[in-house]
Amino acid sequence: MADEDVVLLDFWPSPFGMRVRIALAEKEIKYEYKEEDLRNKSDLLRKMNPIHKKIPVLIHNGKPVCESLVQVQYIDEIWPHKSPLLPTDPYQRAIARFWGDFVEKKIYGLESGKVWTTKGEEQEAAKKEFIECLKLLEGELGNKAYFGGENLGYVDVVLVPFYSWFYAYEKCGNFSIETECPKLIAWAKRCMEKDSVSKSLPDQDKIYDYVFHLKKVFGIE
Amino acid sequence: MKWRTILSSKTMGDDEEVKVFGMWASPYSRRVELALKLKGIPYEYIEEDLSNKSALLIQHNPVHQKIPVLVHNGKSIPESLVILEYIDETWRNNPILLSQDPYDRAMARFWAKFIDEKILSTTRKVSFTTGKEQEHAIEEVTEQLKLLETEVKGKAYFGGEGIGYVDIVANFLVFWFGNLQEALGINIFSQHKFPFIFEWIQKQLKIDMVDECRIPKDKHLTYIQTRLAAFKSASK
Repeated sequence: MADEDVVLLDFWPSPFGMRVRIALAEKEIKYEYKEEDLRNKSDLLRKMNPIHKKIPVLIHNGKPVCESLVQVQYIDEIWPHKSPLLPTDPYQRAIARFWGDFVEKKIYGLESGKVWTTKGEEQEAAKKEFIECLKLLEGELGNKAYFGGENLGYVDVVLVPFYSWFYAYEKCGNFSIETECPKLIAWAKRCMEKDSVSKSLPDQDKIYDYVFHLKKVFGIE
Repeated sequence: MKWRTILSSKTMGDDEEVKVFGMWASPYSRRVELALKLKGIPYEYIEEDLSNKSALLIQHNPVHQKIPVLVHNGKSIPESLVILEYIDETWRNNPILLSQDPYDRAMARFWAKFIDEKILSTTRKVSFTTGKEQEHAIEEVTEQLKLLETEVKGKAYFGGEGIGYVDIVANFLVFWFGNLQEALGINIFSQHKFPFIFEWIQKQLKIDMVDECRIPKDKHLTYIQTRLAAFKSASK
């Protein structure tokens, strides 16, 4: 692809950034990865995402696209011929978007964060809800290899980055996600067999160290 | 005001059956009706009592059990933004709600997310808090509305030349938001503070289908006041 200039402003543990890395890798798009220091945001980040000043920011031929779900759909529409992420049928697309929205609200949302930021009853309630949401996703996956069917699709790309955070959640919450949701873990491991996923996700140990560090910084036990 | 229920018509196509499970005061529900009316799609409207949700609603949206839900030939689609894109992709007549250009589509989706995740979310805080917390939420939503306004400044519609996806998502500004601030006795939004959004609202009001999705003011004020009173007594 001549004359394509793609830059990704990102932060290595961000599961939102991982979504975009996976999508770009699936489409085999070469891009420049720029690591942001979130305590000292670059002028470029502030200029390209003035409203939220958050990563990830995808800059395509100088034009910024913000918000990871928007970015993944943009990548799919700009480069439609390789590894399509959304199906062509409107109803199947609606189902994929619905579950993408579910993952965003329930798995990545503020409530699930309580699994590692709280203790006691609050943590137990957060764990219970988190597992219930993962089970709903298991139900949606059914017997398919991926949420996208035989290949990675939109929902796979939106959800799988969270797998890199599972170990941290398990250690903080003292539970086993695999025991509760074996099919989902099997799905995640299947995704990790793909380079586009395994090269986009950091090691679970590194994420755990990062979470441990965050807990110290924020004074969370 | 009686809400019309339009039974599914054969003029759309053979055996097309479209239903909307909604709630008259919900801006999310109104969006879906507006999109269908703009596209000229007849639908059956089912009013839900949110304090006593129907078995059918729960069947069509088991995950969230919320309105709105669109049911097209038996297929259920929940979540208003998902529904809007489904409507636009299924019925390709005018108005086309989302541009064909991927970058413009990305911008439209960005602003729709901003409206739902920021403006409407902060508006809920304004409604359900008091004192300093409410003051802070009012400042926050004012800033968010200012940001949204930059998107419509100098344009007839958020969509550019014609009504589009973001105009429909922003429909809450045409009736719902004004009613809410009157019920709360606050003044966030005025012509003076938001001249461009105000101009956009005047243009929206000239569209028949937008007017058909009007939330009746007196009924709405009573509804909000009842809800606030129930919330206050539950919080004691």
